[in-house]
Amino acid sequence: MSPQARRVDPAPLESADWNGPYIRYDLVKEFVIALVVVTALIVVLAILFSSPDDRPVTIQQWARTDPSDFVATAVTELDGSSEIATYGPPYTHTPGAGQKIGPLNLQSAAGVHLPINTSQDFVLNPLRSIPGNAALTEALRAYQAAPPAQRTAWTDAYTKGLDGAKFPGGIPQLPPGDYGPVAPMMTSLAGLAATGGLDGALLNSNQFYQTNYTKPLLFLSGGDYFESRAEEQHLLGTQWGMMNETGSYPGQVWLWLYTFWYQIAPFNTSVNADAQIWFLMAILSLAFVCIPFIPGLRSLPRHLGVHRLIWRDHYRPVEGDS
Amino acid sequence: MREIAGLFRPLRGGLAAPAVFNLNGPAHYVNWHFFHMSVANVLVIVLMIVVFILAIVIPFPKREIEE
Amino acid sequence: MSPAEQQRMWTERVRQRAVGALPPEKLLPDRQPAYVSSWIYVFGVATIAALVVVIGSGVILGLKGPAWWHESGVGKFFNSVHLWSVEVFFFTMVVHLWGKFFMGAWRGGRSWTWVTGAVVFLIAIGTAFTGYLSQQNFDSQWIASEGKDGLNAVGIGAFFNVIDFGQMYTWHVILLPVAVAALVVWHVLLVRKHGVVPPYAAPVAAGGSAAPRAKEAP
Repeated sequence: MSPQARRVDPAPLESADWNGPYIRYDLVKEFVIALVVVTALIVVLAILFSSPDDRPVTIQQWARTDPSDFVATAVTELDGSSEIATYGPPYTHTPGAGQKIGPLNLQSAAGVHLPINTSQDFVLNPLRSIPGNAALTEALRAYQAAPPAQRTAWTDAYTKGLDGAKFPGGIPQLPPGDYGPVAPMMTSLAGLAATGGLDGALLNSNQFYQTNYTKPLLFLSGGDYFESRAEEQHLLGTQWGMMNETGSYPGQVWLWLYTFWYQIAPFNTSVNADAQIWFLMAILSLAFVCIPFIPGLRSLPRHLGVHRLIWRDHYRPVEGDS
Repeated sequence: MREIAGLFRPLRGGLAAPAVFNLNGPAHYVNWHFFHMSVANVLVIVLMIVVFILAIVIPFPKREIEE
Repeated sequence: MSPAEQQRMWTERVRQRAVGALPPEKLLPDRQPAYVSSWIYVFGVATIAALVVVIGSGVILGLKGPAWWHESGVGKFFNSVHLWSVEVFFFTMVVHLWGKFFMGAWRGGRSWTWVTGAVVFLIAIGTAFTGYLSQQNFDSQWIASEGKDGLNAVGIGAFFNVIDFGQMYTWHVILLPVAVAALVVWHVLLVRKHGVVPPYAAPVAAGGSAAPRAKEAP
């Protein structure tokens, strides 16, 4: 063959069995050594640093620590103006709710499969479970019998009245106003929450065993108290919180790209940010999986040249041949 | 020996050896423009990069070639 | 049984395909091409070792139930082992991933090796996510309350309720680990079948050969 030999296409050769030199390589021994070393490393890390276990927040804790926030949230759940009451699918049938990716509204397409009626589930049903309180029973009757406009007038007045409220022992005391039955209802609800009874009432459905915390956690998430606890630990979305852990522990570092998008325009001000970023990450993940099939991307490593460092021992005798 | 034994104390139902380094306190953060990451996470990422570089730079023990 | 009848047997065909693809000396070779000599090559097996510890500590936590580690010092220790084994697992997996990317390890018919590895990375992220949701502490409450918004926004939240501890725990201790383990096995068998990817051909020098030494393709 002439010195100007045509460049050999390596592709068919890369898939063929290697016909060059071999070295002895004990895979089983390598695995056992790796297992011992890695296990030792992990055990040392566990002994040195342990693991975080911040106690969960309860509604009882919320009602006792920040009764003002608890009652203010409860009123919005009662009058259906809260974030959860207007969330849309999968919790509520709220027209116009649901995030969009362009014209696509996948949130609405999925439908309501975890129905929540905040007024009934978070306020009225728990109150009905309180026995032997004639005044409360009468207040509930009056509230349910009233037309919607009257109920709204009571809850709006109550919300305004909360600005001047005091909370001795966690129980709301508002300045005089026309709050109707809402005042005794909220007083009873705050009392129920402070005893821990509301945690139980929200968890309970019609069976003894529970593993689904949807109702109590959705109620908790409606208030500022829960979010303020997260903010202290830098767990908010705007704080790159997805990657963070409570305390000074490393978190889910591998979520760096997912949380990155929430920090920059246009996503950081978009009402459809969750849906848009999911869509973007789905495309990037697909591209990542399909690198072998994407022209340009699949030949990038050859041009980057890091392989020359990895395989420098292999290239040395080959480059010496010429 | 007494100090080591003292590390182990009952915890509600079993023994607990508290961590040598308590990471439950408030974390420190690295801030740069919109970049805001915990020191622990930054350390993990930096360590990954360092370990990767070391892995490709540090020579591997030579083995005898068999043809 | 005649040879023709033997050939028609499904068992015979499956066995021949399996043994043909992975004869014992390929399944457990005692030698590797000489270019497999860099520390970067240990990160694959280190990831598997970390996964063994993840699963082992997870089994112990599962045997004693989800409340145990909150109440027992020994339980807390195994929870710590489980947490740090997950951190080491992702650490070694990412270093392994970077190495394989820079080596263009999908070359020579190894696309599915890359695909299975990339998919198991993504599923592992999901497995860790359900694990964080199963902690039954403040962190799991917050992650559930935030995570629900992302999943609800694309319609998945209706069927995969991150606040449903029972559902998340089941996904975490059995459904997703089975998927991870199956994909890891498939990934490793593909590596054994195709061999470790050879180096890129060195640039053609005047009068010199650039091709890696290999048999000519039939």
